[in-house]
Amino acid sequence: MNWISNYVRPRINSIFSRREVPENLWTKCDNCGTMLFHRELADNLNVCTNCGHHMPITPRARFHALFDGGIFTEVEVPEPIADPLQFRDQKKYTDRLRDARKTTGEAEAMLVAEGEIGRTPIVAAAQDFTFMAGSMGMHVGNAVIAASERAIKLGRPLVLFSAAGGARMQEGILSLMQMPRTTVAVQMLKEARLPYIVVLTHPTTGGVTASYAMLGDVQIAEPNALICFAGPRVIEQTIREKLPEGFQRAEYLLDHGMLDRVTPRGKLREELIRITRLLTGQPPAVAAELPPPGPVETTVDLGGAARKPAEATDTSP
Amino acid sequence: MNYLDFEKPLAEIEGKAEELRAMARANPGMDVEKEALALDKKASDMLVSLYSGLTAWQKCQVARHPDRPHCKDYIEALFTEYTPLSGDRNFADDLSVMGGLARFDDRPVVVIGHEKGHDTKSRIERNFGMARPEGYRKAIRLMDLADRFGLPVITLIDTPGAYPGKGAEERGQSEAIARSTEKCLSLTVPLISVIIGEGGSGGAVAFATANRVAMLEHSIYSVISPEGCASILWKDAEKMREAAEALRLTAQHLRDLGICDVIVKEPLGGAHRNPEAAIAGVGKVVGRMLSDLAGKDGKAIRDSRRKKFLGMGAKGLAA
Repeated sequence: MNWISNYVRPRINSIFSRREVPENLWTKCDNCGTMLFHRELADNLNVCTNCGHHMPITPRARFHALFDGGIFTEVEVPEPIADPLQFRDQKKYTDRLRDARKTTGEAEAMLVAEGEIGRTPIVAAAQDFTFMAGSMGMHVGNAVIAASERAIKLGRPLVLFSAAGGARMQEGILSLMQMPRTTVAVQMLKEARLPYIVVLTHPTTGGVTASYAMLGDVQIAEPNALICFAGPRVIEQTIREKLPEGFQRAEYLLDHGMLDRVTPRGKLREELIRITRLLTGQPPAVAAELPPPGPVETTVDLGGAARKPAEATDTSP
Repeated sequence: MNYLDFEKPLAEIEGKAEELRAMARANPGMDVEKEALALDKKASDMLVSLYSGLTAWQKCQVARHPDRPHCKDYIEALFTEYTPLSGDRNFADDLSVMGGLARFDDRPVVVIGHEKGHDTKSRIERNFGMARPEGYRKAIRLMDLADRFGLPVITLIDTPGAYPGKGAEERGQSEAIARSTEKCLSLTVPLISVIIGEGGSGGAVAFATANRVAMLEHSIYSVISPEGCASILWKDAEKMREAAEALRLTAQHLRDLGICDVIVKEPLGGAHRNPEAAIAGVGKVVGRMLSDLAGKDGKAIRDSRRKKFLGMGAKGLAA
């Protein structure tokens, strides 16, 4: 025994063991199997750097990349009554909800925010596939309505990112009623003559596709996203034949006239800026890295003309 | 008469009564009327007790009963001058959706509904009441027509759901359903719906986003079939009884939830045991709902419909 083994080694060990090593430093691409370093993957918006496969991205991460300087304000969504049917299958619905909240850290399956993209004020909503498969229940319905009402109040376009396995079965008929409810929200936007742009992400299926996700003024999809009403498995069981290659994928829908565009995630921001500005009659966006939007006072210091048109579009009702 | 599985004991008694009477017909000297009447009494008592406490799954079975009166029967009995209109002007005419101009109580209306068919040939022709995109697009066209000429729209809902097929998906099933729901919500004429059998998911919503929704006593309206729900949540399609219960898909539950406005009473033993009475009951309720909305301003009719749906779900079953 000497001072090295008694003193130095434990100190060294404690230094190393104290350092937190995050799990899942590496993610395997679902498509090509390449191991991707988490930071690199996040920087590339969860798109595989090797094969370009689009993996799910949380609404928060998406908004962080979408809005100028990663700054956005959440729009409050009225909370619906909990478990309206007192539903239970093998597990209670309230337990499933609690588990989903714990694993995702989110309150529900849709996040609504307001902010600017390329100095263009918008309201955005994004569905979270990791939260009970993004399923559309009363909360998602309320979120679409809140997003639409907020966009109307501020006179801004609404950009909605859809991702859902379908309706939230545990809310039974009330989840089905979100189809007409969200359709009313889209109609209100249209009557206010505000652009409604839908970005369909993998997967968008069921009642979501048959309501707000298919009613956009412009319909964009991410590459290879599954977009359908009835899923491929159900169809194969019904018609008992093999479906063609790429059936119900974004490119297939584009070919069949069901979409306007298929755009990779990395190019979406630029495209959304361009489309929203074109539809709202604003001049082209400034093609440069802009500082995040600051408090109003700082704009005086800038004194430049570049800032002013954007300010002018931020009309209050 | 087709009997459902839970009606087996009833089938036996009714069968025996029928047998006795057949025997009496063959042997004129035999008097069996007393025994036969006793069996009749027993059967009708059993019918009362069976139908007074139907489970959710049993209601699904009654709602899908092959002998149940279908859309075509209602249109023939309740409307005059029915003039079917066809086609979506794009691709095809979908026979699972029927509709056209007609008169109800002499008043011109547009009537639209799902038709399931009544025998193998007509069932295949009607695709078992499962609409393809063309069906929704035909309905949109008819609703638009009604709107422009100020005719109330009556929809009769009876579908297992949208058709899960390759062509239906390629031709934009989801878009067609979404547009049909949207059309329902923009009409400035009264839109009333009656769920006469199965209200299956999106296929039903596309026509039933109405000012007033009535349901037959043993009809159902659900986001997913009990079998589908069971196979997803219970991982076992055989658990449809539990799923039917949990989904709260009966007319009675849906009235509590504010989805169904009126329940139309069915004859004892279900609409198929006395179709005339069931159809007459629907006619009465449709007449009442139409006169409720008659003479109202178009914008008010549309706005109240939207408001009704926006406010849905404010109270659960517990309330």
